[in-house]
Amino acid sequence: MRKSSCRRGGTPEDIRMKNEEEASERPDNTAFTQQQLPAWQPVLSAGIIIPGFLIIGLAFLGIGIALFLTSQTIQVLEMDYTGVEKDSPCFRCTSPSNQTCTCEVTFSLSTLFTGPVFFYYGLSNYFQNFRKYGVSKDDYQLTGDTQYFKSPRDVCFPYAHDSKNNPIVPCGAIASSMFNDTFELYQIINGTKKKVPLDGKGISWWTDYNIKYRNPLPVNGSFASAFDGTVKPINWPKAAYELDLTDPNNNGFLNQDFLVWMRRAALPQFRKLYRRITEGDYATGLPAGNYSLTVYYNYPVLSFDGRKKVVFSNVSWMGGKNDFLGIAYLVVGSLCVVMSVVMLIVYAKFKFSDDDDA
Amino acid sequence: MALRWLWMLVPGRGGWNPCSKSPGQALEEERHVRANDRDYNERFNYADNRIKTAKYNVFTFLPINLFEQFQRFANAYFLVLLILQLIPEISSLSWFTTIVPLVLVLAITAVKDATDDYFRHKSDQQVNTRQSQVLIKGKLQNEKWMNVRVGDIIKLENNQFVAADLLLLSSSEPYGLCYIETAELDGETNLKVRQALTVTSDLGDDVEKLADFNGEVICEPPNNKLDKFTGTLYWKDNKYPLDNEKMLLRGCVLRNTEWCFGLVIFAGLQTKLMQNCGRTKFKRTSIDKLMNTLVLWIFGFLICMGIILAIGNTIWEQKVGSSFWEYLQWKELSINAVFSGFLTFWSYIIILNTVVPISLYVSVEVLRLGHSYFINWDRRMYYSPKDTPAEARTTTLNEELGQVEFIFSDKTGTLTQNIMVFNKCSINGKTYGDVYDEFGHKVDITEKTPCVDFSFNPLMDRKFRFHDSSLVEAIKLEEPLVQEFFRLLALCHTIMPEERNEGELVYQAQSPDEGALVTAARNFGFVFRSRTPETITLYEMGQAVTYQLLAILDFNNVRKRMSVIVRNPKGQLKLYSKGADTVLFDRLDPSNEELMSTTSEHLNEFAGEGLRTLALAYKDLDEDVFDEWMKKLLFASTALENREEKLGALYEEIEQGMLLLGATAIEDKLQEGVPETIACLTLANIKIWVLTGDKLETAMNIGYSCNMLRDDMNKVFIISGHTTLEVQQELRTAKEIITGPSKDKFSSGLDMDKTELYSSDSVFEETIIAEYALIINGHSLAHALEADLEQILVDVACLCKTVICCRVTPLQKALVVELIKRHKRAVTLAIGDGANDVSMINTAHIGVGISGQEGMQAVLASDYSFAQFRYLQRLLLVHGRWSYHRMCNFLCYFFYKNFAFTLVHFWYGFLCGFSAQTVYDQWFITLFNIVYTSLPVLAMGLFDQDVNEQYSLHYPNLYRPGQLNQLFNKRKFFTCTLQGVCTSFILFFIPYGAFMSAVRDDGAHISDQQAFAVTISTSLVIVVSVQIGLDTNYWTAVNHFFIWGSLAVYFAILFAMHSDGIFTIFPNQFPFIGTARNTLNQKIVWLVILLTTVVCIMPMVAVRFIKADLYPTQTDKVRLLQQATRRQGPQEQNFRRVRRTSSRRSAYAFSHQQGYGELITSGKNMKVPTSSTSTYPLSSPTRGPAGTSSVNNSWVNDTSRDQTETYNTGFRRESDQNQEVTVEDLEAR
Repeated sequence: MRKSSCRRGGTPEDIRMKNEEEASERPDNTAFTQQQLPAWQPVLSAGIIIPGFLIIGLAFLGIGIALFLTSQTIQVLEMDYTGVEKDSPCFRCTSPSNQTCTCEVTFSLSTLFTGPVFFYYGLSNYFQNFRKYGVSKDDYQLTGDTQYFKSPRDVCFPYAHDSKNNPIVPCGAIASSMFNDTFELYQIINGTKKKVPLDGKGISWWTDYNIKYRNPLPVNGSFASAFDGTVKPINWPKAAYELDLTDPNNNGFLNQDFLVWMRRAALPQFRKLYRRITEGDYATGLPAGNYSLTVYYNYPVLSFDGRKKVVFSNVSWMGGKNDFLGIAYLVVGSLCVVMSVVMLIVYAKFKFSDDDDA
Repeated sequence: MALRWLWMLVPGRGGWNPCSKSPGQALEEERHVRANDRDYNERFNYADNRIKTAKYNVFTFLPINLFEQFQRFANAYFLVLLILQLIPEISSLSWFTTIVPLVLVLAITAVKDATDDYFRHKSDQQVNTRQSQVLIKGKLQNEKWMNVRVGDIIKLENNQFVAADLLLLSSSEPYGLCYIETAELDGETNLKVRQALTVTSDLGDDVEKLADFNGEVICEPPNNKLDKFTGTLYWKDNKYPLDNEKMLLRGCVLRNTEWCFGLVIFAGLQTKLMQNCGRTKFKRTSIDKLMNTLVLWIFGFLICMGIILAIGNTIWEQKVGSSFWEYLQWKELSINAVFSGFLTFWSYIIILNTVVPISLYVSVEVLRLGHSYFINWDRRMYYSPKDTPAEARTTTLNEELGQVEFIFSDKTGTLTQNIMVFNKCSINGKTYGDVYDEFGHKVDITEKTPCVDFSFNPLMDRKFRFHDSSLVEAIKLEEPLVQEFFRLLALCHTIMPEERNEGELVYQAQSPDEGALVTAARNFGFVFRSRTPETITLYEMGQAVTYQLLAILDFNNVRKRMSVIVRNPKGQLKLYSKGADTVLFDRLDPSNEELMSTTSEHLNEFAGEGLRTLALAYKDLDEDVFDEWMKKLLFASTALENREEKLGALYEEIEQGMLLLGATAIEDKLQEGVPETIACLTLANIKIWVLTGDKLETAMNIGYSCNMLRDDMNKVFIISGHTTLEVQQELRTAKEIITGPSKDKFSSGLDMDKTELYSSDSVFEETIIAEYALIINGHSLAHALEADLEQILVDVACLCKTVICCRVTPLQKALVVELIKRHKRAVTLAIGDGANDVSMINTAHIGVGISGQEGMQAVLASDYSFAQFRYLQRLLLVHGRWSYHRMCNFLCYFFYKNFAFTLVHFWYGFLCGFSAQTVYDQWFITLFNIVYTSLPVLAMGLFDQDVNEQYSLHYPNLYRPGQLNQLFNKRKFFTCTLQGVCTSFILFFIPYGAFMSAVRDDGAHISDQQAFAVTISTSLVIVVSVQIGLDTNYWTAVNHFFIWGSLAVYFAILFAMHSDGIFTIFPNQFPFIGTARNTLNQKIVWLVILLTTVVCIMPMVAVRFIKADLYPTQTDKVRLLQQATRRQGPQEQNFRRVRRTSSRRSAYAFSHQQGYGELITSGKNMKVPTSSTSTYPLSSPTRGPAGTSSVNNSWVNDTSRDQTETYNTGFRRESDQNQEVTVEDLEAR
């Protein structure tokens, strides 16, 4: 320990000199410096808390009931077509030897399935949210920047080049593992199949289709030429520019199925929109009757214990069927109400009197 | 303000030590300086006179500052993380998520450091460019201080600062004397004398001679000992020894000396002043330490999470991953599950790093800085008479102010003003000084009581106040005894008068008591005007009367009295004596019996009011008796052996059979509001110990007047044993009395496990209702502080309500503080004003200096300074409590927030194959802590007031939680992190449940990763904003602005980052294009957010409400009360008034040192009048000071004396005697 210390640097002689220079050190008298800013000082008093809980509880009960009831009106038809069981229609497609396989899943509706009906495919135990899987794409490529066609970014590895070192477009694991089962839906009327038209337009997000993904500009008037020098992803049956030859607006990176697939799921169990049923006789929904779903079974999932399913559903203001939310609201709402009662009892019984000297 | 800025911003840590920079210091063993020979001196590379306290210049700032910053653990940690992120194998986050916050944190700190340094540069510049007159090439030239070199001769003028450490060569005063004020160095305000060697003082102000002077000084190397200097001057083949009495040190001010010349010996950083500017040890608060521990724990927790997830990854890879990779034909990923787990560990360390809050340290510092400003700005701690605002000189200790349990206070200048006021007297059996109303009732004296008009006396001291006019009337009636009373006061003392201008008398008193007495006599018409070794001149009712001073029978501790023998103009010999009543009463003439008993009663009355008393007596001497006695005295004073005893016996002989005149009562003026403050702090359960260098009696007196000691106390233990055994016995007895005999067994169990001992003791302490006080003397304390007694000392002291240690040395003050720090684990605060308090101020957790008093020493060492003791109440109960409260809430919230934010990744790990996939957008991770949530919590930490200041002061027990460390401790930390963990769980699993099957209302899917991220991050931001809203008790406009602003900024940035424009520019960095609008336009998403928010918040609200209802804390009660009062409108506040209880004590006012009588009679400390030696200065009252004001009164000098012998005694006003702080004393620690 030292005797003298100029803890703050500078020398003591400065202090004297400075003090002499300054006329008054009196601090300013402002609400801010005196810590007397006007302020709202809420207190969690019983008069606010107990009614507050009650009101929130009742509101939640209301929302919960609304959600629950709405959810009940939504019709959902879910069918697993992976073919794990031997008696399931797609069982035969599960053997690896069977390259192109078609199977037929039948179902019947007893009442009208009100439209518009949405047709989803669902996968489970599928880790689209795995970090390395998730980053494995080239955003520049997908904005149509042909510069990146030749040399995809490193994150695409090992789906950037094929064995002959040709660049793959679109590169990366996500694109490479694109879901490629296709479906056709028939209504069976008196033993004859009537094709249900499926509408694949606008099933992806507007921003994905219009901004995030862009096709490369055609070279010499040919869209395919833009992809010259590149190869298709290994698992793909055809190249990106051949995804939908019928509709140039649904081709390449702007193919709706591709866009839907590229918006990767948050959870290992997910479903993605495949088609809408909005046309023709089925605009108002699927009438009661028997249906047959033809599955072009291309996408093997059993090797990693995955599951595939198709889902038909309609929606309401709250989106699809979602029992969880309604029930959660009901539970939370009733808990709030209960809590308000408990607090009221506690308050009435143990309230310390104000005259109890603080 | 600029000055305080400067103080504030120099951080304690990383404190700059200029001493270490002095070049060549290590090598220098001896210093050779040749006057007027720069070439010669330059060979040694001595430091020049430039002061450099600044650390950086423009070019070195960045590298040095960055280097320093990365030495801090937190910054280094984030640097390591940054490096980890650059490894592609494990990089789970983009580099910017760490670098942006890190750069921001570094930048804030760098800006702060740069500002500090700028002010240091400015102050350096200011000091360095001061002008001084340097003798260069035979001519006096004005030079800047920084251009002064070792070996230069410089000229100083009156009232100038000494520019460097100088060897005094010559001065304007005779015998080469010069006077300096050393207040900046050692805090003593009295003048000190320095004297040049005779050979050099002959040089005078003859510039040519000085320029020819080529003496060489060989002396010690630079060191920090302020009172030691050894060297030799070689000049003209002669050797002259040099010591400290010939040195003028930098920082001193030249006073009363027209000019002087000095030779620069040490310059710049090598001066003793700068060598003393050491790095003081950096104080840390307990919360700081706790915070560091917690950060380590969090770090451990982070590693645990990493391990869990790594193991999870290994298992997942084996069970699920491998087949998935095989399916994807991703061979690289399916190599080795264990290795993958290892990589996962690091990846998770990176993404979970946000549990260790990067901005925590910076935010804490910002808060403390803010709190310090509030202290500086507080007008209620501003003392206008001295124009001194309170000042937080350290910005790192604020919250500790809310946890203080022990206050160690100095007495003189801290509790008291060190102003002695002549308050009452008893003359010949009649008391004066009380004021009575028309009915004969005693009236309390207040500011408004009319004062006695002394205008009849042109030489009066205007500051003197007296309220009883009867005494003046008695004087005017020329009552002989009253006259004699004041004559005694005017004659019997050792004061030196100084008369700068006609009638402007200033008394240099060595004790303030004496000054008060002589000042009283002055106002009552007996003006002590001047003295020579043989005479004393008074102005008695306007008439100059010169008394011959024949002898001074000096004061000492045994005699407890002093006397003078004078011959008045009529030729009568008189002995006047004043001293402690007990001593004086024994030596009175028997005829005085009756008067003695009356006076004795009066004395008791005075003492009962806490006044310091003295008895006065006189005696007419017979010429023959005196002559004979004088011969004996002369003989005895030349005796070589036992001189003291012989003199004492002679004094005793003549001081017999005196006649009592009366008694004086002096009030040792307490500072304003001291008793109230002490009472209030005691109610706040703060123990106040007084550590004083004063005597037992004085200290006890103050104890009574401060209401620390009271008559209704059960017992006051006085420990004053001289041996270890005695002290031990006394302490044991005290303890037995307090604890009762049943505790006997317990108290003897010194060998018991210590922790057990104090845990049970502290419980026991609370149960003692009886009040005890302990007073311990310095010499006993020395024994009690020994290792085997300290435990019992602590025990006894803590059982007592009041502890007073008197006659303690500065070192002991520090030891006592240290003792409590060690044994009680309590926060200690030391408050003092003088250099003797520095050690204690440095030792205690918090040091407070009383500014505007003697010197700057205590203030410079302190962490907080203000002008009045009573501000302590506000500092602790308002600022300290708020700071503690704010800091604790801040920390709780901060940890909560970071856990809630980060652990979502942990839960997600179980669903994403432990792949270190982040839940949020990377930009959200980057900005969450520094943009979205930093300001509301800062505003809370700066402005929050759970209870307003009136209530804080009104209910001192609101201070208790701080002392008990209740608001932030390990348990609290667990609670808030647990809350964070639960919140993260809810934040993750409610959206998880909802998104399992969610689709948009247009049927498109929404359960994708990006929508999920936006939902959770929006919920998180809303939840933490609501939580901070709940934690904020005091919503100022700033809080509103920050909380709503943060939410607004969140949404603004969210939409901006998800906008089309930014995506087209950086498609790779902003892949979340469109997610915000596609997600937040869905009702279901808002329903999820609402549900999440309510589920996260409501339980907390309910818990808080029920807790406040079932177990309301003091704060809760006061808050409710406060709200109730606010509704009813402001109420009359009746603040406690503490009234002193009267009691009967005896004390005497004499805080003297012996030896002054001799100095006066020898005349060694008097000057020869410069203008005219022949004229008696005092017999010609019209004589004005000739020419300069520095020629004041004339002190006759004995020219035959040995010049160097007695100067070091100087003439000092030392209020606490035996208290000179020496460097060794303190360094002995």
